[in-house]
Amino acid sequence: MTLIGLIVVLLAGGLLAAMLGRHHPAAARWTALAALALDLLLALAWVLPAVARPMQSAGPWPLEIMIPWIPSLGIGFHLAADGLSVVLILLTLFLGLASVACSWREISERGGFFFFNLLWVLAGILGVFTALDLFLFYFFWELMMVPMFFLIVLWGHENRIYAAIKFFLFTQLAGLLMLAAIIGLYFVHGRATGVYTFDYPALLGTHMTAATGMALMLGFFVAFAVKLPAFPVHVWLPDAHTEAPTAGSVVLAGLLLKTGAYGLLRFVVPLFPDAARTFAPAAMVLAVAGILYGALLAFSQTDLKRLVAYTSVSHMGFVMLAVFAWNEMALQGALIQIICHGLSTGALFVIVGMLQERMHTRDLSRMGGLWDQAPRLGGFAMLFALASLGLPGLGNFVGEFLILIGVFPQAPILTTLAAAGLVAASIYSLWIVQQAFHGEAREKWRIQDLTGREAATLGLLAAALLWLGVYPQPVFETARPALASLRETPGSMPAPEPVTASGGAISNSGRQGEIDAIR
Amino acid sequence: MQYADYMALLPLMVLSAACAAVMLLIAARRHHGLTVLLTLTGLAASLAVFPVALRHTPIQVTALLTVDAYSLFFFVLILLATAATALLGHAYFHAWGGHREEFYLLLLIASLGACVLAMSRHFAAFFIGLEILSIALYALIAYPRRRSASVEAGLKYLVLAAGSAGFLLFGMALIYAEQGTLDFSALTGGLSHSGPPSLVLIAGLALVMVGVGFKLALVPFHMWTADVYQGAPAPVTAFIATVSKSAMVALLARLLAPLDLHAAPGLFNALAALAAASMVGGNLLALRQQSVKRLLAFSSIAHLGYVLVAMLAAGPAFVPAVMFYMTAYTISQLGAFGVIAVRSTQAAEADSLDTYHGLFYEHPWLAAVLTAMLLSLAGIPLTAGFIGKFYVITAGAQGRLWWLVITLVVTSGIGLFYYLRVVVALFSPAPAGQTLPTNASPAAFSGAVVLSVTTCLLVWLGCTPEFLVRLLQRAAP
Repeated sequence: MTLIGLIVVLLAGGLLAAMLGRHHPAAARWTALAALALDLLLALAWVLPAVARPMQSAGPWPLEIMIPWIPSLGIGFHLAADGLSVVLILLTLFLGLASVACSWREISERGGFFFFNLLWVLAGILGVFTALDLFLFYFFWELMMVPMFFLIVLWGHENRIYAAIKFFLFTQLAGLLMLAAIIGLYFVHGRATGVYTFDYPALLGTHMTAATGMALMLGFFVAFAVKLPAFPVHVWLPDAHTEAPTAGSVVLAGLLLKTGAYGLLRFVVPLFPDAARTFAPAAMVLAVAGILYGALLAFSQTDLKRLVAYTSVSHMGFVMLAVFAWNEMALQGALIQIICHGLSTGALFVIVGMLQERMHTRDLSRMGGLWDQAPRLGGFAMLFALASLGLPGLGNFVGEFLILIGVFPQAPILTTLAAAGLVAASIYSLWIVQQAFHGEAREKWRIQDLTGREAATLGLLAAALLWLGVYPQPVFETARPALASLRETPGSMPAPEPVTASGGAISNSGRQGEIDAIR
Repeated sequence: MQYADYMALLPLMVLSAACAAVMLLIAARRHHGLTVLLTLTGLAASLAVFPVALRHTPIQVTALLTVDAYSLFFFVLILLATAATALLGHAYFHAWGGHREEFYLLLLIASLGACVLAMSRHFAAFFIGLEILSIALYALIAYPRRRSASVEAGLKYLVLAAGSAGFLLFGMALIYAEQGTLDFSALTGGLSHSGPPSLVLIAGLALVMVGVGFKLALVPFHMWTADVYQGAPAPVTAFIATVSKSAMVALLARLLAPLDLHAAPGLFNALAALAAASMVGGNLLALRQQSVKRLLAFSSIAHLGYVLVAMLAAGPAFVPAVMFYMTAYTISQLGAFGVIAVRSTQAAEADSLDTYHGLFYEHPWLAAVLTAMLLSLAGIPLTAGFIGKFYVITAGAQGRLWWLVITLVVTSGIGLFYYLRVVVALFSPAPAGQTLPTNASPAAFSGAVVLSVTTCLLVWLGCTPEFLVRLLQRAAP
């Protein structure tokens, strides 16, 4: 019930905000903030303990609810949370609070409807992270798109309509392919067993021919690759990120992209282990291409927001690389990378939003020398840029490092190329700081330094990153059973390389060593 | 005819009596509101006796008609859609001068024809129903007879419908020549005999499909659609889009359900090509329309293409999927055209996309209703259209029509674009100095009833479709 409660609180909060917002804009803001705070409290007080310290009797899903929905078609309202879900739920609510905080003053008109859309996107994302019925999953998958579309169309920047429609078409078309694949899987399973159901646990381990498996896997893969975004289908992302309002960019980069990564982890590999193994080399090549191409394009941007957007393509490439390596260390790294990228990129978008609010431009070539005016803003920007380039001591380093170590034994050449992406990351990250905050002031800007609200928002994000960089063990502990059970799903895994055979044995002590080294 | 036959036909007889009553009322006293009231009473009476008919189903009444749960489902759908159209007509014609009362008479007659179509199991009944429906429609389309666009649309529909009826009759003649009977059930035998079916039979069926394709506006028989949708008064457009198509779909599904189309691969491929062409053509043609009515016209072509995909998948899911889709489609179209009807005045139809800019800020509820309807047509969750599209894809996948399913998926992705264009227009700021005309008469109440009921149904079916799905699985023949 708690899981339904989490979603309902956000949906109800959204409705309330929309109603109050027509006459009292401030009430809408406070409603949104209260709904998210309540949700975070619920998640910390009930969901996290239930999952982190499950009762002995609990199966793979410590927290689960199943209500028949459309039983005549085999559809159930099946929500469940394991360690992976709960970590992502907390990330969603935390970034949700940050996005409400950063829109506090930016959204001046139609505030009620804005917070309605924001809360409904977040509710859809929570649904995606907890749905265990494939139909329900698709339902939430689509549900989070519509409010996001409105966020971009109504509160975006100059070219918002083009960007919003492009975003919607890409993700929707890919989503429909996934729907076709979901229905295909439903019939493959139904014909084999006589049980027609969309229930995820039942569908695991469905037997199918190699060709069918590959076709269905590709249907899922395309949907998640567009969302991730992976290399050739990333073209919607720079536009959508650039044109979205700050909160929209934070939610897009911090959360929507993560639903793609979550889909790969939860569905693509466990449901189609054989097809995924066959496809892994191609996917890894795409991932590395994304890492390098994203970094290259990021470096050549002058629009600050676009620059940050392209870094996402690069960073999320690491996640895809790790998923298709599918060993424990890489997956742990992928999870940390998902969280830390959400926090650091979200924070960078918040900073860009603050700069735009003050200067009404995002053009990097018009900035410069801002440090004198706003040292605290500059300091935070410096910190998040360093996180983005993978400085040890901040969370992103842990993620990328574990991914590279995990992937190396399976694909040494690709790992080496991916590591080059880290070098590129340091170039563009330092470039941001150097161009915007140091050097000559190219124009006579008079800008205000951080207000208390802004400093608090950025400070919380920074603290979280620092914590994950220094002591990520709680996240590992929470997610380990979930990741292990993903890897043990029927018919799943062993990748061809010997490393996974011994991976379970070495990873524990090995990872501990890594973390000690980081400390 | 037995007692049971009369009982089964009771709803149809009450509907005919309502036609006569409305005609007599108009002869006695012209009064707009009273006519609407009597029309609605007639429809309600017909719906009220439908449980009596249901108790005697399934039953074949004469050689022509069959009354079963399936036809009664479409009967109810048609009558409810007609009632909604009548209410929209009340809102639409309220402020008009001239004779408005015959509109409702024609509406009742057209719905009678549609009901006959939905119940027919014989080519003669098919033709009778079709003509009752079409002839009433000619007059309905051209009802605002001082408006040249409407008269042109009516004439266009008349000429093309008459032409397609010619094809239909010729096809029936060929089928009769081959089978010696006009009963639908004889076709099953004709197609399932060992050996390839005779060429004459195939030709006959193909010609019948031309007639049906015209009525459903499948590509390449869609030429009339956009002009007629645009020229007809908005409530009539809603009627054409919903009642006329539902009735024809009901008939086509009954015709195709028992047939083994794989015995006639030529026919099957032709129908598949028709479906694919409608999906691609409808969606592409709608992309750049500046008129909302034309846009919905082209989109309806695509929707009927989706339905045809489900029909070609001969499997247990086929009939319920078609019925669910038509229900969702009817609700969404009634709502969408309802918004147009409510916003139209005698001087101008609210047709151009420009007149929809900024509607959200002046009339938030109207804009919200139209958004919900468009999202349903686009197949977005929380709306009935989403479940409908899911059901149709399921039926297609069950029949292993993978190419058609992929075409459906890709073209409906394209279709999103134009639905979003309208939605974006609703929410973008209105051009300075423009006031949005909206029919704010007391009759707007009847429009509001239609819009709120359709919206509630849309969301209700989108959230809890189990009830209807179960009902349809039982009602399928």
